[in-house]
Amino acid sequence: MAEPPSARASGEVLLAVESISLAFGGVNALSEVSFDVRKGEIRAIIGPNGAGKSSMLNCINGFYRPQQGTITYKGEAVHQMRPHTAAKNGIARTFQNIALFRGMTTLDNIMTGRLLKMRTNFLFDALHFGPSAREEIRHREFAERIIDFLEIQAIRKVPVGRLPYGLQKRVELGRALAAEPELLLLDEPMAGMNVEEKEDMSRFIIDVNEEFGTTVALIEHDMGVVMDISDRIVVLDYGRKIADGTPDAVRTDRAVIDAYLGVSHD
Amino acid sequence: MAEERQGVAEGGRPGSPGLDTFPKLLLHHARLRPERPAVREKDFGIWQSWSWAEALAEVRSIACGLAAAGLKRGDKLAVVGDNRPHLYWSMVAAQALGAVPVPIYQDANAGEMQFVLDHAEVRFAVAEDQEQVDKLLEAMAGLKRLERIIYDDPRGLRNYKQPALMSLAELEQAGREFAASHPDVFTDEIAKGKGSDIASFYYTSGTTGQPKGVTLSYDNLILTAQSAVEFEGLGDRDVALAYLPMAWVGDNVFSVAQAYCTGFCIACPESGATVMQDLREIGPSYFFAPPRIWENILTTVMIRMEDASALKRRLFKAFMEHARRVGSRILEGASVPLMDRLIYRLGELLVYGPLKNTLGMSRIRLAYTAGEAIGPDIFTFYRSLGINIKQLYGSTEASVFVTIQPNREIWPETVGRPVAGVELKITEGGEVMFKSPGVFVEYFKNPAATAAAKTPDGWVHTGDAGYIDEHGHLKIIDRAADVGRLNDGTLFAPKYLENKLKFFPYVREAVAFGHGRDYAAVFVSIDMGAVGSWAERRGLAYTSYGELASKPEVYELIKGNVEAVNRDLACDPVLAGSQIKRYLVLRKELDADDGELTRTRKVRRRFIAEKYAALVEALYSDRSECEIETEVKFEDGRTGTVRAVIHVADAETFPPAERGEVPPSAALKKAS
Repeated sequence: MAEPPSARASGEVLLAVESISLAFGGVNALSEVSFDVRKGEIRAIIGPNGAGKSSMLNCINGFYRPQQGTITYKGEAVHQMRPHTAAKNGIARTFQNIALFRGMTTLDNIMTGRLLKMRTNFLFDALHFGPSAREEIRHREFAERIIDFLEIQAIRKVPVGRLPYGLQKRVELGRALAAEPELLLLDEPMAGMNVEEKEDMSRFIIDVNEEFGTTVALIEHDMGVVMDISDRIVVLDYGRKIADGTPDAVRTDRAVIDAYLGVSHD
Repeated sequence: MAEERQGVAEGGRPGSPGLDTFPKLLLHHARLRPERPAVREKDFGIWQSWSWAEALAEVRSIACGLAAAGLKRGDKLAVVGDNRPHLYWSMVAAQALGAVPVPIYQDANAGEMQFVLDHAEVRFAVAEDQEQVDKLLEAMAGLKRLERIIYDDPRGLRNYKQPALMSLAELEQAGREFAASHPDVFTDEIAKGKGSDIASFYYTSGTTGQPKGVTLSYDNLILTAQSAVEFEGLGDRDVALAYLPMAWVGDNVFSVAQAYCTGFCIACPESGATVMQDLREIGPSYFFAPPRIWENILTTVMIRMEDASALKRRLFKAFMEHARRVGSRILEGASVPLMDRLIYRLGELLVYGPLKNTLGMSRIRLAYTAGEAIGPDIFTFYRSLGINIKQLYGSTEASVFVTIQPNREIWPETVGRPVAGVELKITEGGEVMFKSPGVFVEYFKNPAATAAAKTPDGWVHTGDAGYIDEHGHLKIIDRAADVGRLNDGTLFAPKYLENKLKFFPYVREAVAFGHGRDYAAVFVSIDMGAVGSWAERRGLAYTSYGELASKPEVYELIKGNVEAVNRDLACDPVLAGSQIKRYLVLRKELDADDGELTRTRKVRRRFIAEKYAALVEALYSDRSECEIETEVKFEDGRTGTVRAVIHVADAETFPPAERGEVPPSAALKKAS
């Protein structure tokens, strides 16, 4: 399952976004945004509130359909990307406002992430018989590897609604990983976390990237974290791309500083 | 249980010439009971198990791998991590080659590790995971002898390029190749070992000064473990949970020495956070826990009962009351009226049985508590449920067992009778001394300390004050060195006061002062869980430990506890004068990382008195508050300072009871 770390340096483009424009009525959420995500890297999309970060992510996984522009995934232009086709093509994501099944346990939530990998039919499943039972064992094993990886053994059987926020975020990451994604989209994985939880989450993101070779595209508010873990960063402001480059380049970019700190208008 | 095989009847007694080291015992069990489970570990949500034959195969490949990597007889191999089968096997593998394993506390920081690695002259280290590898690499920078670090879990270590690093899987693979070309090395090396060789080092946490490396021989460990096995009738059908720190001698005696004497199975939990769930799933028949854990379990039960429906609460209360009256006597086989027996049976069906099942204690035949005093209420709670919990007294220097409470002779205030082969004597100064086959060889590279602790004819100073009561049982009062006097000459036993306070659920730790002072006074550190839920029920809002601890309501709560202790002390003719006049509640928990507790969670009273000197002075002034600045150490090694104003309060004291009625005294004992 793991790829050598050299994948990080391969430079091969996994996903390319070209001149994407998205408008809701008269509001331009995104205008003419282009960037790419290379295989094996951790790519961050940052920007102030309302910059269009989540809209960008929603375009990538087919939740929104941009009015203009093309998205190329694994060398093929995708015209009709829908969430389920995105999932089938190996794109998994987490949400800014946790979207788990609150009444279900951690384990069951992660198992739902395996749904697309299940092959047996409804009849066998209902009887839990033959190939269906064998398949469940296989998927359960995979789910257990994720539980082990994310160190959430102690909450395996706890309904997620009873878990603290930081752990719910971790479970959501687990569910996304269960789909064995090639591209993992994380929408503010560290929002609302305390320092320790942020450090844990950063470590998991880096580990996912290194151990499984998964390409990660993440949106994040916390500049410090982003600078530490990303390979390249794209900065959006008012739906436009204002910078794109390595953390060091972005950190010193005039437009970025202005966007974050504001510019005086006199 | 009737068909249970007792001890190792076949092929000689552990400790006899053919069975005098752990590797020899391993060969023995792999021959005698190859299919019986030796080790279980919960991994990926499933209990994986290894039979004795499989355990032998693992030990052989690790040992051969270590031999191929250059580990020689007499070398030291450090083992750092949680209780993992591969770490236990690494220890036995090192012993197979005649090398000496040195287990290190897994929560030690790099500096503490460096001290032990350097002092023990460690050449090889086996680490559980990235966390431990990071610390070892940091420690390694200042060490000349440490050559190689072998890790079990490769996660996160992919990009580590240090030449000293090697995975356990690689080592085992190399070992299998080595074994193919050198088929006799493993058994030949095992045959060279003998009972008087050093088996392992145990670094004692040390309430003062640097840790000391206690060296124990195979004879020490095996003969002592075997006496206890025979004392209790343990057999190869028993199951124990291996969850206490591997660096603590107790875990090695319960999980290795006794398991290798009897051939019973040990179960390693999935992670530190899942111990209680794993306990329930495994349902061990033999269980050891320090009083702190027994206490936590009881607290959890009580908190959860508060949330139960009214009917359940009433049932629980009524039957627990009945159990308290007759349960212990039924467990001890004393005569109990038929009606009471019948009600107890019903209680077993409705309350005790389901409760024990939830706790994972349905199958417990034998449970121990030791290391600290246990509250009499806690002790009788478990016994009244029919759980055979007993106290033992021991120390690292004794290879654990000195005394054990025999079945049917349980008095909460004593620690029992000497185990076979142990002799006890009390010095004129009141200090307990013992002599046994388990007496340690020496403190490694510290002849002065060895001479101070052990007389030439083998008597060991325990440093505990105590006496032997009319039943021939040992009773421990306090550390001999800690017993002091107030200015008016009243006897002052700090631990006695602290323990009495700690028996209250709201008090997590207490530190008593009084030697050379006019009166006794205490620091109290509250139990966040218990006080937090108490506050919640009262609608008392708080945001942090510090804020909760400083609430006037919490001071009142603690005051009630302090005064209850005083009322109890007032009945004691000797200690009535050492009632607690003033107290304060600390705004941070006492923590081993800050040096306030030892790694085994014992209060370092002298250190605390120095660190919080200003607070101690405030206790002995008439001020009602004191400002203090303390340094805290974060888990990543950084330090910061916390400043706080701490309130100091008075507690009521009581005139000594006239008719000197002796209260049910608390069991006080200690095994360092």
